[in-house]
Amino acid sequence: MNDPARRRVAVTGLGVKSPAGTDLDTYWTALRDGTPTAGPIRRFDPSILPEQFRFACEVPEFDLAPYLDFKEARHADRAAHLGVAAALDAVADAGDLGAVDPARCGVYAGCGVGGLMSMEEQNQVLHSRGSSRVSPYLVPMMMANATPATIGMKLGWTGPNLCVATACAAGTHGIGEAYMLVRHGVADVMVGGGTEACMTPLAMSSFGRMGALSPRVHEPERASRPFDPDRDGFVMGEGAGFLVLEEWERAVARGARIYGEVLGYARNTDAYHITAPVPGGAGAAACMQMALADAGVDPSAVAHVNAHGTSTPLNDASEAQAIVKVFGERAVPVTSGKGVTGHLVAGAGAIEAVAVLLALGEGVVPPTANHDRDDPDLAIDVVAGAARQVAPGPVVSNSFGFGGHNASVVLGPAPA
Amino acid sequence: MDRQEVLEGLADVAVELLGVDREQVTEDARFDEDLDVDSLGLVEFVMAVEDRFEVKVPEDRLEGITTVGQAADLVLEMAGSGTPAETALRGPNAVSGAGG
Repeated sequence: MNDPARRRVAVTGLGVKSPAGTDLDTYWTALRDGTPTAGPIRRFDPSILPEQFRFACEVPEFDLAPYLDFKEARHADRAAHLGVAAALDAVADAGDLGAVDPARCGVYAGCGVGGLMSMEEQNQVLHSRGSSRVSPYLVPMMMANATPATIGMKLGWTGPNLCVATACAAGTHGIGEAYMLVRHGVADVMVGGGTEACMTPLAMSSFGRMGALSPRVHEPERASRPFDPDRDGFVMGEGAGFLVLEEWERAVARGARIYGEVLGYARNTDAYHITAPVPGGAGAAACMQMALADAGVDPSAVAHVNAHGTSTPLNDASEAQAIVKVFGERAVPVTSGKGVTGHLVAGAGAIEAVAVLLALGEGVVPPTANHDRDDPDLAIDVVAGAARQVAPGPVVSNSFGFGGHNASVVLGPAPA
Repeated sequence: MDRQEVLEGLADVAVELLGVDREQVTEDARFDEDLDVDSLGLVEFVMAVEDRFEVKVPEDRLEGITTVGQAADLVLEMAGSGTPAETALRGPNAVSGAGG
């Protein structure tokens, strides 16, 4: 914390393309009201899937034309469509950035698997029509880094540009790693976030076989129920979120609207199992503690925790234990947006960071949709039913990914 | 299949793949400068043309093809060089030799 070279970092722009809305107002209204978005799959014929998994949280149709021209759109997967649109929304939301040195502006984007739907479609072409009919564009469509690459091209920003591929943790990693570059003077403006569109027959088959998906097809809108004792898996979502992270003095000097401040960040790894979290949530707890120490924030000062809260039995149990370890029993309000949006994989931490910043602006904690009652085995205070008024303060936002990757970012309100 | 038919087919493909206006796809239109087709785009365009006319265009025959009119001539030549079914069955190597 006492690093003289450490620069403050403001959040000056937000963008989402989410199942709960493709603009900030619609998204925030659904979050604040706790309106679930899961429904029958429409983007592909789901009859190939077992019946109990034929639902998901899809992003509503939106016009791509303001973001990508005809050919660009044809030669990009949906993961890039969603990601580029959300990122360009965030930059537009940041207003006039003034004179920027393009070499000191960049893009970090989380993406778990890349253009999976394109790969599945072209794999069918390969097997039905042969190698000579496979699109030459498949490689740039399926590569996970297509999104940050395209955002960089669209903005003409030539600075740091990376894809972070840490599964469900990648959205928070995308924001945190971008924040570190601005904080340490490598960049002045970064777009950080994540995107995902792995709502595909192949991925959903595998998640289903894993036992990770909720089978609640008879009432899909009630299937994603983080921390509820009747939770039985996550609901697949798609979408993207991005933040504009700007060096503080620069943001103040240009009179930018400041949504909040990134106060600290940490990442670590369980080093335990390729899909299961370490029992007791030791890795997640250590990650939150390191992020708070990095921010110089005492756990007692935290206004709320935006949990990873996927609605799987395993994640929610170990995350609750981790939260108790860091904050004590029922000592801090906890919420998960996934009851509304489902699980966006690499998009998750990103759209949730957007929700945290909007929540900070209103001084509320949005409710965890479908959390009908507390799980007696989890000693945490879950905000449910309606948004809760809280005094403004730092918020911890968590994402945890297959592979054991953990990421926690501490976001603070803008100065009054 | 006459030349006019081929030109119209090429225009269909260009409108569908490239999002250009039909009027832009003239005989003299250059793929790179006028229709903004890069090397990957040309590969995709040729694939679509092959499907449309049921011909096989050897890769080494694309050398020097810069305009829509030249492409039409090539399609006509390929269509005349064997029955479409026979031509399509042969791989690019078989048609063009070691250079394919």
